[in-house]
Amino acid sequence: MKREVPILITLVSGIFCLIAFFVPHPFVHDLYGDVQNWAIVVVGCTYVLGVANLLRINVRQAQRMEGDWIYKIVLILGLLITMAVGFSEGNYYSDVHSRFQWIYRTFYSPMTSTMFALLAFFIASAAFRAFRIRSPEALLLAIAAFILMLGRVPLGNAIHPYIPAAADWLMEIPQNAAKRGILIGAALGVMATGIRVILGLEKTYGSGGEGGA
Amino acid sequence: MGSPDATARGRLNSRAGRRAWQSGRADSPGRGTPLIRSLRFRFSIGSFGAAVSFALSLGLFSAASPAAAFPLQASDTPNDGGGSITLEWTAPHPTAKEWILVRREHGGTFAPVTTIEGTVRSFRDGAVQTGVTYEYQLVAQPTDPQLDSDVSTPARATAAWFDRTKLNVLVVSGIFFLLLFFYIRQAEGGVRWTFRKIPGLAAIEEAIGRATEMGRGVLYVPGVQEIDDIQTIASMILLTKVAKMTAKYETDLLVPTNSPGVYTVAEEVVKSAYADVGRSDAYRSDQVRYITSEQFAYVAAVNGIMLRERPAANFLLGAFFAESLLLAETGHSVGAIQIAGTANVHQMPFFVVACDYTLIGEEYFAASALLSNDARLLGSLKASDTVKIFLIAVIVVGSLLLTFGQSWLTDFFATQ
Repeated sequence: MKREVPILITLVSGIFCLIAFFVPHPFVHDLYGDVQNWAIVVVGCTYVLGVANLLRINVRQAQRMEGDWIYKIVLILGLLITMAVGFSEGNYYSDVHSRFQWIYRTFYSPMTSTMFALLAFFIASAAFRAFRIRSPEALLLAIAAFILMLGRVPLGNAIHPYIPAAADWLMEIPQNAAKRGILIGAALGVMATGIRVILGLEKTYGSGGEGGA
Repeated sequence: MGSPDATARGRLNSRAGRRAWQSGRADSPGRGTPLIRSLRFRFSIGSFGAAVSFALSLGLFSAASPAAAFPLQASDTPNDGGGSITLEWTAPHPTAKEWILVRREHGGTFAPVTTIEGTVRSFRDGAVQTGVTYEYQLVAQPTDPQLDSDVSTPARATAAWFDRTKLNVLVVSGIFFLLLFFYIRQAEGGVRWTFRKIPGLAAIEEAIGRATEMGRGVLYVPGVQEIDDIQTIASMILLTKVAKMTAKYETDLLVPTNSPGVYTVAEEVVKSAYADVGRSDAYRSDQVRYITSEQFAYVAAVNGIMLRERPAANFLLGAFFAESLLLAETGHSVGAIQIAGTANVHQMPFFVVACDYTLIGEEYFAASALLSNDARLLGSLKASDTVKIFLIAVIVVGSLLLTFGQSWLTDFFATQ
């Protein structure tokens, strides 16, 4: 029963969602909207489990004073203070001058921008490795990348107008063809995976101790 | 606000203005015919005067060559869930600056619906009730009765039971379903197929074995999308395989998640996998963790885990966005063997550069079937390969037909 019930729910929900994709009639579509709302409610409930997990793990590590325990305390305090401020401000938490927004602008926004900015350095180091020419394919990649980068800056056009045109051609013809090929394959993979899950061929959940695949 | 047109619109938007407008405008179809309006007015002032006026008006009209009222087509919007009527018209030349679209229930009085630019030639009224019959008219702004449209034929919004624009999807899906069941039946009958080797899949066990030998852990990152995303679902399927191997080899597995929904499912998946190989005792509740739902905060946390724990193997399997390279480069810097897989085309180059093995698009979705070697799952791979051949044939034939001026095949497969 532990396996059959989830599979049955998945089967019924999956087939219903497939039907709803083709049927615009409100009789089906309104029910489809309800099903999506149920999913949102379920995901909302999982936040309680998620926060409980986060607190349990970090409080325990802080209590044991395991490595970097000080950061665990920062995390716990950050979570609790932000939640307390947000709840205390009720519906006004998203106002520009609210304390919640102040926390967001002063702490969260600069830190997340910093993380994103690191991407530039990571791209440089990854590009350095990617453009080492160790095979004919790598040579082709390096040439294509060189033309593309040159064609995307004013210097390329200054050297010769054909360079931006070649960059555009690379993006629109070979790049697009490869990308669409990958997308068609991925779309078929999505269909196959979806059907396998809906029909219960993939045993991923609720198989504990029953010898799933 | 101050312009006459804006004033007129403001009047129409107010309830009092609308009533006043209705009382003045609520006359019958044919308002747009200047000759009839002219006749009505002039016959009311006596027979002699009428005769003179009629003659004058005839002469006047023939001299001015006024624009005739133009037809307004109203019909149910096809392939929708009802509540919508589509209007189409060919406006006269010169056209009005703006139209006020008026609507009435069949036999009722007109009320304004909206103002439309004079250059527009169609409009979809999505604020009607399904099953009620409506009539429409376009009224010129600034007011010029000669430019008004005819009253449309009555139209009624209905709800469709099948969206015919998705017929092509239904056909391909139908073919896929039939092939799927056909190949599953063949597989159950003992037929086996050969699929090309995917190096990334063979490397999964190798990577976990390496982690075991080095006495270090395995890090599994299931992407940054919710559990309803098919890439995350595929990632959970692969997590089952990885968790069984780590349980078997007694290797530490850590799964930081970006969503509480994914955390809940991943925890159940890992727990079940450990139980399936008889190692329930080895499962620890802190192996699967919810970190945060914020993208870069999650990256910071996972990168921190990589730098502190220094896992020997990193699995980056799921839907990734800007964080892909941040994660993969950090993993590379700590010397972990990295296996990535995603269907997000724009992130694939980053993984190809920074990871040892990358499952690209369909390889990622085929991974679980190839790893399990289950005949029924392999049947689904065979079905998708066959549909792929069919689609390639459609692309080639469609290109040839288009070259010779035939577009019916490409039109059929075009999506909205």
